[in-house]
Amino acid sequence: MADQTMIGSTGATWLPALARRSEAVVIPLAALVLGLGLFGLFLLTQGKSPVDFMAIVWKGAYGSAFSLQNTLSRAAPLLLAALCVALPARLGLVVIGGEGAIVLGGVATGALGPHLAAVPPIVALPLLGLIAMAVGGLWIGAAGALRFYRGVNETISSLLLAYIAIALMNHLVEGPFRDPASLNKPSTLPLVDALRVGNLPGMEVHWGLAFGLLACVASWVLIDKTTWGFAARIVGGNVRAAQVQGLPVGRLILGFTALAGGFAGLAGFFEVTAVFGSANASLASGYGYTGILIAFLARHNPLAIIPVALLLAGFDAASGLIQRRMDLPDATILVLQGFVFLVILISDTAYGRLKLFHPERWA
Amino acid sequence: MRLSPKTLSRRHFLNGAAALSGVALTSSLPMMARAAAPLTVGFIYVGAKDDFGYNQSHAEGAAAVKAMEGVTVVEEENVPETIDVQKTMESMINLDGAALLFPTSFGYFDPHVLAVAPKYPDVRFEHAAGLWHEGLPTNVGSYFGYIGMGQYLNGIVAGHMTKSKKIGFVAAKPIPQVLLNINSFLLGARAVDPTITCQVIFTGEWSLAVKEAEATNALCDAGCDVITCHVDGPKVTIQTAAGRGAYVCGYHANQSALAPDKYLTGAEWNWAGVYTGMVKKVLAGETLPNFMRGGLTDGYIKMSPLGPAVTPEAKAQFDATMAEIMKGGYAVIKGPLKDNKGNVILKDGEKQVETDIKLESMDYLVEGVLGATS
Repeated sequence: MADQTMIGSTGATWLPALARRSEAVVIPLAALVLGLGLFGLFLLTQGKSPVDFMAIVWKGAYGSAFSLQNTLSRAAPLLLAALCVALPARLGLVVIGGEGAIVLGGVATGALGPHLAAVPPIVALPLLGLIAMAVGGLWIGAAGALRFYRGVNETISSLLLAYIAIALMNHLVEGPFRDPASLNKPSTLPLVDALRVGNLPGMEVHWGLAFGLLACVASWVLIDKTTWGFAARIVGGNVRAAQVQGLPVGRLILGFTALAGGFAGLAGFFEVTAVFGSANASLASGYGYTGILIAFLARHNPLAIIPVALLLAGFDAASGLIQRRMDLPDATILVLQGFVFLVILISDTAYGRLKLFHPERWA
Repeated sequence: MRLSPKTLSRRHFLNGAAALSGVALTSSLPMMARAAAPLTVGFIYVGAKDDFGYNQSHAEGAAAVKAMEGVTVVEEENVPETIDVQKTMESMINLDGAALLFPTSFGYFDPHVLAVAPKYPDVRFEHAAGLWHEGLPTNVGSYFGYIGMGQYLNGIVAGHMTKSKKIGFVAAKPIPQVLLNINSFLLGARAVDPTITCQVIFTGEWSLAVKEAEATNALCDAGCDVITCHVDGPKVTIQTAAGRGAYVCGYHANQSALAPDKYLTGAEWNWAGVYTGMVKKVLAGETLPNFMRGGLTDGYIKMSPLGPAVTPEAKAQFDATMAEIMKGGYAVIKGPLKDNKGNVILKDGEKQVETDIKLESMDYLVEGVLGATS
């Protein structure tokens, strides 16, 4: 009798806990499969084989060491760009101007880097990274400050700030910081080789990936495991309640938006030091906007950003092979993304409704 | 086979659904179906292949290569000038076996082509518009055309057709290639009537439809009645200008279909000739030169057929100038020449012929152009 009680009680704690936790994994996965299925039907209307398509996506995105590294390279800046959206979102702020912070972080790196040629890289690189973070932080932090002190909508202000940032970049790389030798593609002076960030050991993927992953984990710890993160989530739940509780709402908003912008600035730093070698208009290539999509799909959970970014980067990596092997236009991958993300967003409404994941309703 | 939604009957659908399971078993996957042709050539575009502009001109070249014996062509459009293009090039090499690549956007060159080329010494990288020089990887080449001559011929027709004596230019960025086109357009018009002025508006971006439309409207408002442009896709400028009643001169590709009555002529790339020539050499086992340039005479560029509105006088001067250019050594930029701030650029008797490398670092607008480089 005693044994039976023991077994019963362990079973009762183990299974319901798993059921509860699996909700956050099973629902998005099911949505992914459903989205892919709907897209398959769409392909059939175009007279193309969905099976071929999926096989090529797999091959182009994850199927070989080369493809996997292709995906990882593309994911690196997206991780940091998505954090720029996810962190403020936990305070209830919708910041969509990460592109501006990426661009200015890159410009700061490109403008200052050539002056640090004589400084040992071990000092110069972290310094440049911190400056890029500071510039990005200032930019998104400004949107946070406008929100808190003046009541300006942060969605609009951050977007407008991004336009200003891109115009500023164009002015700076075509004017004051232009390398006179860069004729048809105005750029800043090239960085010396010692200030170029290389690849991760044994991989064809630059160090930005490691820092992106680290930033995601650190952000998760910050939000889920610290009192700061707890306070931020309260602000996100109800600002008035947070103020009544005496939480430092202003400092939280400024801190989180600045940190978010800092991560985006860091993405710009890696674009310049690891990819371009100088700052130019290619910095504004849309990572900031892709980051919005990733953050929302990850429901602003920094850890969930990692798989979502890998999925999106994988689609991107496979896009080329789809064009080349199936004679489908570039927009095909956008249609696929549309299907998948629409279904994932709709699946949001399924949370809390399915008995399967809620043991208290099993009886 | 492409089924329109209308023709998708239930039977088709069921067939397709059956194929879903069937194809997996028979594994007639495209990557296996890919026959091993002697040469696989990859083309990479920064925008859409059908943009009525820069990318379409290259895609037309790729289509000509596709029609050649023993060549497989792989293409990818909308590839940004980031790490993406490096991965696209490597993907074409590793997964498609491409041995000759044409990354066609200027921004692909440094650092991307220069980063990937040393890793694949057996692959040939041919880049449009780049400036190859000694010390760069030897499996990299750069080629481009003297399209400024085409804008000069555009200007001659424009000079005849303008009534307001004001012509307009929608430009992307104040970089040497664009400045040469603007200056050539005006100098062509001034070869007809030295009182003509050309107003230029820079949009700041290679592809930004809204600004291109605004700029075109602003030029029309200012009284310009012949308009051309140098942006990646001239479609918006051509349609907007023609809609406002102005004549248009094309650029990059033939846009006459967009404005049949208002289209005068256009400066077009002739990549079909250039690319098939290069691929023939590679198939024959020859090594391509690292630095290639060519103009109207070499078949690198061509002019759109003259439109119905072009007057006989305009046609006569157009044909005569074209004949002069075809003799070679023609100079559009020649003294006496001042910039639009009054500085002397070239003294009387000095000239820079189309092949002069100095033209590729132009940083001024000539007298008669209304606008500023910064």
